[in-house]
Amino acid sequence: MPSEEEIYQDHILDHYEDPFHRGKLPTATHAHEDKNPLCGDVVRIELQLDRDGRVSDAYFSGDGCVISQASASMLLEALVGKTVDEVKEFSAEDMLKLYGARLTPNRQKCCLLSWRVVQQALYSPVGA
Amino acid sequence: MTASALLPESLRQDFPILAQHVHGDKPLVFLDNAASSQRPEAVIKAMVESYACDYANVHRGIHVLSERSTDAYELARSKVRAFLGAAYEHEIIFTSGTTAGINLVARSWGDANLRAGDEILLNLMEHHSNLVPWFQLAERTGAVVRHIPLTEDGRLDLYDLDEYLTPRTRIVAVTAVSNTLGTINPVRELARAAHDVGAVVLVDAAQSAPHLRTDVQELDVDFLALSGHKMCGPTGIGVLYGRAELLEAMPPMFGGGSMINRVYADRFTSADLPAKFEAGTPPIVGAIGLGAAIDYLEAIGLDRIHAHEQALVERAWEGLSQVEGIRLLGPRPELRAGLVSFVLDRPHAHDIAQLLDREGIAVRAGHHCTQPLHDHLGITASTRASFYLYNTVGEVDALIAAVRDVRDRFKPTGRKRRRA
Repeated sequence: MPSEEEIYQDHILDHYEDPFHRGKLPTATHAHEDKNPLCGDVVRIELQLDRDGRVSDAYFSGDGCVISQASASMLLEALVGKTVDEVKEFSAEDMLKLYGARLTPNRQKCCLLSWRVVQQALYSPVGA
Repeated sequence: MTASALLPESLRQDFPILAQHVHGDKPLVFLDNAASSQRPEAVIKAMVESYACDYANVHRGIHVLSERSTDAYELARSKVRAFLGAAYEHEIIFTSGTTAGINLVARSWGDANLRAGDEILLNLMEHHSNLVPWFQLAERTGAVVRHIPLTEDGRLDLYDLDEYLTPRTRIVAVTAVSNTLGTINPVRELARAAHDVGAVVLVDAAQSAPHLRTDVQELDVDFLALSGHKMCGPTGIGVLYGRAELLEAMPPMFGGGSMINRVYADRFTSADLPAKFEAGTPPIVGAIGLGAAIDYLEAIGLDRIHAHEQALVERAWEGLSQVEGIRLLGPRPELRAGLVSFVLDRPHAHDIAQLLDREGIAVRAGHHCTQPLHDHLGITASTRASFYLYNTVGEVDALIAAVRDVRDRFKPTGRKRRRA
């Protein structure tokens, strides 16, 4: 049984208080927004994909629990610079591993929210 | 707070589940009663005894067990009638819960009575179960949903009621107590105004019947729905009260056994009330458990239960309002029932609930099935502590201290992410 000490580890709280690329990306080429219907957490992710099929920039915005917001920050930090194919290959399991702390199934949904949004954003060109 | 308003802590011994520790050595502090309450030994015993000694199907067997079960089931109905102050036992329909009761009215009464352009008057503090069935009714009939506005502090704003409640209004559906704001609504006043324009009134009593005295004749309401599991009774049992002349005119909702008078090869005639709305084998033991719960609550007295919860909610309100970064939802304590919902500037409700749970404190986090209300308040989620007769001042103080600790832990400290 995971304790909250594991869930709220220091590096997670660091991402919560000092997130990577929280905000808007006016040059975004792709974007998607979704929510966790259980708790109402919302995450919007905006991606800039360049001609070589690389994620050249990414920003997130939203409102939710420590886990959903810190995991969005961690995910984007890890994904910027990667190719679209690499992002597609980045699995849910990889996301949980990146987060680090062990989560109960209910809280895994919080952690996987931004991962789901990124996967969908790859197929959601802006203005389409 | 007057100490005399409090119920004796010894009544906690009636509830076997409360005597446990969780997460190692933390005494369980159960503050999620608005979601579902716990049950006293007397209710559990009544249900076990029914299954162990007297159980058979009701209203059909010509044998001793069926007669005993039927008597116990109908005795439970008579206890509910007295509990609600209804005129007749046949106005008491056993359902599976509040949701089923509201849906029954929306389907049976609603489909028979509403036409395109008729209006259904709701408000944004309602639970999804007192919104969605009416949205569905509006979709089926072309009726229009309107809302009574809310005041800044989360009460119904009845100032311009004439504007919303008009001769086009066919039904007003309102909760007696908001499950999120705690607001006690002026049901009687609203019922009078509704009747003046010829509308009927349905009351969602899920959050009021367990905590406040209910008298359907004094309130002069047409329908009232409640759930057993929120008032020390079992899950899967609820009650729909309806005025006899309305229920008599309504078509049955479910077809099947018990609800018929006579079935022919190609048609049927309906049974009389209340059987008309109780198709199939009913929740027999659930009803018996609910009857035992009513006995338990009445022995203590609903007025004393309410006074006890008032004392707790005043203390909670006072203590929580001093936590930095907190926003308490709903009106001041004397206008509310025994629950408090709040948001902190940080962290999110789910994090609060998770950290309180580590201290053994069970609360609810999320939108509490009131998404439109949360949208209206500009928040996505809140944390709710809801009290019942077995909660103590010590538990309220533990809640306040734990919430303060959570806020302290998450207050901005100038943390920096390690840059790769």
